[in-house]
Amino acid sequence: MAIRDWPIKRKLTAILLLISGLVLVLTSAAFVTYQVVTFRQTMRNNLATRSRILAANSTAALAFANEADATELLAALKYDPHMVAAALYDKNGRVLATYPVAASADLVPPAPQPDGYRFEGGRLVGFTPVAQGGNQRLGTLYIASDTKAVSDALRLSGIIAVVVLAIAMLAAYALAAALQGRISAPILALADTAKVASTGQDYSVRAPKFGEDELGVLTDAFNEMLRRIEQQKQELQQHALGLEQRVAERTQELEHRNEQLKRNAAELLASNTELDAFAYSVSHDLRAPLRSIDGFSQVLLEDYAAQLGDAGRDSLQRVRVASQRMATLIDDLLKLARVTRAEMRTEPVDLSRMAQEIVAEIQRATPDRPVEFAIAPGLLAQGDSRLLRVVLDNLLRNGWKYSAKRPQPRVEFSALDQNGDRVFVIKDNGAGFDMRFADKLFGVFQRLHSASEFEGTGVGLATVRRIVNRHGGRVWAEGAVDQGASFYFTL
Amino acid sequence: MNHGKILLVEDNPDDVALTLRALKSHNITNEVIVAQDGVQAIDYLFGSKEEQRAPTDLPAVVLLDLKLPKINGMEVLQRIRSEERTKVLPVVILTSSDEERDVIEGYKLGANSYVRKPVDFVEFTKAAQQLGLYWLLMNRVPPAPRGP
Repeated sequence: MAIRDWPIKRKLTAILLLISGLVLVLTSAAFVTYQVVTFRQTMRNNLATRSRILAANSTAALAFANEADATELLAALKYDPHMVAAALYDKNGRVLATYPVAASADLVPPAPQPDGYRFEGGRLVGFTPVAQGGNQRLGTLYIASDTKAVSDALRLSGIIAVVVLAIAMLAAYALAAALQGRISAPILALADTAKVASTGQDYSVRAPKFGEDELGVLTDAFNEMLRRIEQQKQELQQHALGLEQRVAERTQELEHRNEQLKRNAAELLASNTELDAFAYSVSHDLRAPLRSIDGFSQVLLEDYAAQLGDAGRDSLQRVRVASQRMATLIDDLLKLARVTRAEMRTEPVDLSRMAQEIVAEIQRATPDRPVEFAIAPGLLAQGDSRLLRVVLDNLLRNGWKYSAKRPQPRVEFSALDQNGDRVFVIKDNGAGFDMRFADKLFGVFQRLHSASEFEGTGVGLATVRRIVNRHGGRVWAEGAVDQGASFYFTL
Repeated sequence: MNHGKILLVEDNPDDVALTLRALKSHNITNEVIVAQDGVQAIDYLFGSKEEQRAPTDLPAVVLLDLKLPKINGMEVLQRIRSEERTKVLPVVILTSSDEERDVIEGYKLGANSYVRKPVDFVEFTKAAQQLGLYWLLMNRVPPAPRGP
């Protein structure tokens, strides 16, 4: 496991141990080294002193080249177990005496080396000059001791150091283990709380605070966050509840409205059916009596012409005219009703072509009343072609009817653009009307001229308005008395 | 003028009188049988238990009004067209109704012609004259079905 993944406890303990260990090791090393160095120094000094003493005692033997005395002197070294070898050289460098007596070449060098005390080849060796009085050098004393003392001392120090190190590390470990809790406990508590909060979705838990240090600050901030989350969660829940409620209310409202709409539709259907039946019976039942009225009036006129006299004949004639007019009114009303009921089928319609067909019909029916028709080409619209035909038929025939008395009657059908809308215009140069009564034009049975001036039932424009309205458009008229009229409509 | 009979099925007595007058005024003197409702018309054509009509007694043309009490005109027409004897009998629907669906239904059920009765009596007589001239004179009546 990578070091960064160790638990905090282990990390902290490891750090503490590492630091303590390092300190201890360095200290011990320093101590040991110091020990060794001073010990060697002491050893050297001791040897130097010993050497000098021995050299001083050896002057006589050397001066007289007394080999036996020299050997005896050297043999005293046997009392020091650390002395390995010694030798006296005369001033020519020849060996006079050695200790041990039979010493091999590796113990005693054949010739003296330069003066001084040094560690060489695992031994401490020294070459001391032997001199008498002034500067007369008589020879050299060679002395060598082993370095076991140093090694022993070193070993001892080492052992002591290691033991101290171990004890200290144990103590450090114990202390570290005990004290790292100060740091890690708050962290662990925080980590635990965080885990509980996130896995259990329980935001009501809080981390315990251990002190006012940075961990305390962290714990505070963390707890604050939890509190905030808890709060927001509650708010959200409430919102959701509120929303659900509103949705339920809305749904209910919608259902209500739906029910209402369905009821309305059913009612409309019912009344439409009634209207249908009504119109049907009207078309049949109302006409029959009219036929009788007209018929028998005619019978009277034919059979009793002589007895009736002019006045009588006139009366009957009026009766006939009236009943026929009523029949026309009924028919026009029926047409108006049919227009309202009819299903609309929207498709592109060529109004120019339709107008031309209507104009052709009019001209065929009354060749004796020539009227000039000017129809703009390419007038197209979207709508129900049958209903639009009724509109054009009514408007064109009106134009034709009201301009017939003119010397040069003229009816125009064109279109213009007004505020982005397409407006169709049918204009005639006929009798026109007084603009003060313009709003009455489109009323049912409303007329602005008497029947003697111009025939008509006053239903045609009402029909036109109904159809135009069903197409979502408007219809209006402008005119002046004796100056013709213009009828505008949009779809 | 041939001697075919006209069966006039009409419930309104005024209309009957006017129709008869109209026919007479144009010298259409064929016998006119009047049925005042659908039942009478069917009885005449197919006979009731009491009297069985012989096939040759079928009228040359039936002038059929639609609004009739008891059985209405469309049903009479249906009945006429469903019997072998009268399947090809010329029927002219003569009615006040201008309703499109009546026209469609009439032709669907097999009427030969549909005429709207005008209110203006002068027009009415003209129509009657034209009908009479056409159906009684010009039109070839289908021969009576042979059989037992």
